Amino acid sequence: MNDQTKIDQDRAERTEKLQGMGCKRKRVEDVRFTQGKGSYVDDLKLPGMLFGDFVRSPHAHARIKSIDTSRAKALPGVVAVLTAADLKPLGLHYMPTLAGDVQAVLAEEKVLFQNQEVAFVIAEDRYIASDATELVDVEYEALPCIVDPFKSMDPDAPILREDIKDKMVGAHGPRKHPNHIFEWQIGDKEATDAVFAKADVTIKEMLVDHRTHPSPLETCQSVASFDKVKGELTLWGTFQAPHVIRTVVSLISGLPEHKIHVIAPDIGGGFGNKVGAYAGYVCSVVGSIVLGVPVKWVEDRMENLSTTSFARDYHMTTELAATKDGKIQAMRVHVLADHGAFDACADPSKWPAGFMNICTGSYDIPTAHLAVDGVYTNKASGGVAYRCSFRVTEAVFAIERAVELLADKLGMDAAELRIKNFIKAEQFPYQSALGWEYDSGDYHTAMKKAMDTIGYKELREEQAKKRDAFKRGETRELMGIGISFFTEIVGAGPAKNCDILGIAMFDSAEIRIHPTGSVIARMGTKSQGQGHETTYAQIIATEIGIPADDIMIEEGNTDTAPYGLGTYGSRSTPVAGAATAVAARKIKAKAQMIAAHMLEVHEGDLEWDVDRFRVKGLPEKFKTMKEIAWAAYNNPPPNMEPGLEAVNYYEPPNMTYPFGAYFCVMDIDVDTGVAKTRRFYALDDCGTRINPMIIEGQVHGGLTEAFACAMGQEIRYDEHGNVMGASFMDFFLPTAVETPHWETDHTVTPSPHHPIGAKGVGESPHVGGVPCFSNAVNDAYAFLGAGHIQMPHDAWRLWTVGQKLGLHN
Amino acid sequence: MIPGTFDYHRPASVEDAVALLARLGEDANILAGGHSLIPLMKTRLASPEHLVDLSGIGNLKGISVKGDEVVIGAMTTQFELISSEDLGRHIPIIAETSRLIADPQIRYKGTFGGNVANGDPGNDMPALMMCLGGIYSVTGPDGSREIAARDFYQGAYFTALEHGEILTAVRIPIPSPDHGYAYEKLKRKVGDYATAAAAVVITMAGGKCTSASIGLTNVSETPLWASDAAALLVGTSLDKASVDAAVAAAEAITQPASDMRGPAEYRTKMAGVMVRRALERAQSRAKG
Ligand SMILES: Cc1cc2nc3c(=O)[nH]c(=O)nc-3n(C[C@H](O)[C@H](O)[C@H](O)COP(=O)(O)OP(=O)(O)OC[C@H]3O[C@@H](n4cnc5c(N)ncnc54)[C@H](O)[C@@H]3O)c2cc1C
Repeated sequence: MNDQTKIDQDRAERTEKLQGMGCKRKRVEDVRFTQGKGSYVDDLKLPGMLFGDFVRSPHAHARIKSIDTSRAKALPGVVAVLTAADLKPLGLHYMPTLAGDVQAVLAEEKVLFQNQEVAFVIAEDRYIASDATELVDVEYEALPCIVDPFKSMDPDAPILREDIKDKMVGAHGPRKHPNHIFEWQIGDKEATDAVFAKADVTIKEMLVDHRTHPSPLETCQSVASFDKVKGELTLWGTFQAPHVIRTVVSLISGLPEHKIHVIAPDIGGGFGNKVGAYAGYVCSVVGSIVLGVPVKWVEDRMENLSTTSFARDYHMTTELAATKDGKIQAMRVHVLADHGAFDACADPSKWPAGFMNICTGSYDIPTAHLAVDGVYTNKASGGVAYRCSFRVTEAVFAIERAVELLADKLGMDAAELRIKNFIKAEQFPYQSALGWEYDSGDYHTAMKKAMDTIGYKELREEQAKKRDAFKRGETRELMGIGISFFTEIVGAGPAKNCDILGIAMFDSAEIRIHPTGSVIARMGTKSQGQGHETTYAQIIATEIGIPADDIMIEEGNTDTAPYGLGTYGSRSTPVAGAATAVAARKIKAKAQMIAAHMLEVHEGDLEWDVDRFRVKGLPEKFKTMKEIAWAAYNNPPPNMEPGLEAVNYYEPPNMTYPFGAYFCVMDIDVDTGVAKTRRFYALDDCGTRINPMIIEGQVHGGLTEAFACAMGQEIRYDEHGNVMGASFMDFFLPTAVETPHWETDHTVTPSPHHPIGAKGVGESPHVGGVPCFSNAVNDAYAFLGAGHIQMPHDAWRLWTVGQKLGLHN
Repeated sequence: MIPGTFDYHRPASVEDAVALLARLGEDANILAGGHSLIPLMKTRLASPEHLVDLSGIGNLKGISVKGDEVVIGAMTTQFELISSEDLGRHIPIIAETSRLIADPQIRYKGTFGGNVANGDPGNDMPALMMCLGGIYSVTGPDGSREIAARDFYQGAYFTALEHGEILTAVRIPIPSPDHGYAYEKLKRKVGDYATAAAAVVITMAGGKCTSASIGLTNVSETPLWASDAAALLVGTSLDKASVDAAVAAAEAITQPASDMRGPAEYRTKMAGVMVRRALERAQSRAKG
């Protein structure tokens, strides 16, 4: 073995010991999760703690004529029953939403959706509280309700929000109707209309991304504990954004922010469900302030599915204009957005339709216009980003269905049409027609790799044969090939366009190196299962050469963690991950000065070598990070502060734009409408890969949720506004049995503006997956002239497609 | 999702249970595996004041062959139906059906008796018992009696069982060793009740169908015995025209509800598809 090989080997061994970026480090949090030793909100038991439960409206729209709580209060064990009348003097019967609207905490004069919160019973235990909810007598006068958003703005439509009926200018401009929330427009309308007017080929389709709901295993819950002596409130809860919750609680309760301690312990999944503020949180806080003892609120599954935060419900009239040889020239989209009874979307404040304007997708579309109208209906509020950045699943669904429809119309292969219109690698950074600057991408390479791996050509040949066989009556199975080439926009975001309630959407990391060389680091984000304790440590390990196992990551306690905007929209890696790298680099810079002092050389004479600084040309003269950490506390250079720690608040210069190429092969039984996914291949490019195993896990989970949404999951309402299927009996949550096998792959195109080049991956598979499944279904029926088939693609709906096509005779 | 208050009783014999039920009256409910009753209680669609748990009664469990019948005790679990060698040998369609009930966790607790006594048209065992001609043994304050499965189901959650009566066992005639069988169930996911399901048992001789029985699950207020449909098959070679006619006859007696599994029209058609597919598989299994 020569010297160089020895050096390389030594270096490789030291690198491996760090378990830094790029390695498949096992998730450290799983040690407790797999042993049932996680610590969730509902695990919390405090002395004297009471339990709250809601009385909910059976009506979708009704006037409350009276509320009589006397029978409930008389039940032994009931301590209090709160109604709007109790909250009103405190100014808490309404709370502000993140979207600039207000939302009823407890209904005052009217209820606006079924299961809306009407009263909050507080009792000595959960069972008594539940019994007592049945003893609150509420008299309602039912009112006509609006279920179809297309009827919201009818001239004779019942006015839903009487509290704001005279307020004709909302948070996002003028309102056209008392049931109108906002109109949001972006792009060049005139130019777009002009292109459409003389285009060779156009397509236009109403694409519905139907209403559904995130379904974390753990529902929303909180425990509030108010200390009357100190005037301090501690609030444990299922919060994806604990600091924002602290600020909101301070603003609405009037308690000073330093006297509010918000703690998000382990969270059992979020998927956007746990970003917003809910009536249950507020009522537990009010209950505790009033009673001076802790109050717990735990949502059950039906409450979760039918109240807190639906997703989607976008009705997107989508148009493309193209030349006859398939060059897309313009896109025009109008969205009717059903926001339910209150506008409680969890978007950055200036973005009432989230980042829907990413809808030009992966294509070089020079001209585009997007308009979104938000309306009120008698349904639960929300509009959260369900495992996606704000409205990005909707946007990607629109463009990825639209290109397929265009391909159909042009008689062109859908993959070929995409390739023809991709933004080229050399066009990055790319300025999109609807205002985004895509940071990096290499779409052609990704698409080619995906098509080669899946064997695209052969699949199309097989499909052609199957179609012939079907026409000859030899098979009752249809084969569909789904494609989706998505570009996401994540990592909100730059202060110039992203804030929540006025707070810029930076994020943060604070790293402290202890004298013995171990580390604690805290971030402003909050893992809900993403594995932050594992991956942030890997970033630090690589940056400063301390083994990941010696680094503890802590999030969720607003007293100790630096302020951050939380975890959603795949922002943890792009924003807090960047803060982590920058803070680590500050530490490394100081460490270099200390090492120079210890080695009695100039800083410039040192070079970094995995876990140590060594003197250039004298490899045996070095100081490891561990030695430097000790010196930082006992032998710092003169005039230098002792200690080794750093904080960074990172404001990203741009979003990141992960992308991917997905393919799905599906076989559909025409006679039952049952669709079976034969293959699903997902190639993701999320830039630098911190932990390939965690990425793969994220892709598996995201695809599974995409499969659910596309193939059956929905929150439906009947014509009376009764919410249907809000339990796991009907709500489609696939088990391991239904879930397809996932094939994963990747390319790596780092983000040029991110300190480590990482882009975020947690939501890509969902965003890319939904249209891929839908395209597969649509592709299966396309040759029969089915036209666009709306989601969800559950068996009965697909059977109905066959029925309309006369396939069952 | 929290049940109301109730008292819990665990008698040690059928006599004690019957006496208890008589004493407690209408506010008492029998508890077996709890996997239909407790979900109803959690949503407060049922709020019994007393639960009389049968799990302490030893002799309600077990599967035995008695002459040309198999006798299954009411408290036998759905899992035990799958693992029983006797059943596997004599009436394999019971295990095939049981495997399609809910999921393993539920089958470990859920009982055969609870499944047939519950009266939910979504349960899979009732249509199968109608198909097989099962006889239910029940004991009440006035002694014991027997009720044919085919006469047992009167409406949703409404059966021939009088209040205070306990289903103790089910007797099932063993079909000819040459019989062909299949249970076809269409469902949205594992653990789901049927969108539509069909139980088929046939015998064949010389290429002709010599007997046929068809049960349908979850396509009406009660499980259905499609006797007319079955009659159309006897004497035929199960040729396409005969099968078409039987399928149409089966569809004709369905009256499904429209629900999240699909509109009524779909579920009727799926009953037909399940009958057709079950017949195909049953024919391939029939000897003779
Ligand atoms: C998620 C889920 C999915 C399911 N899926 C299916 C499915 O696909 N197919 C299916 O068939 N079932 C399904 N079930 C129901 C399950 O099989 C139940 O176990 C069964 O319906 C009832 O049996 P049990 O022993 O649990 O009875 P229990 O729930 O204890 O009782 C049910 C009813 O029957 C009465 N009862 C019980 N035993 C007797 C007796 N010996 N005499 C008189 N009355 C009695 C009780 O009083 C009660 O009214 C599902 C259940 C769940 C929770």
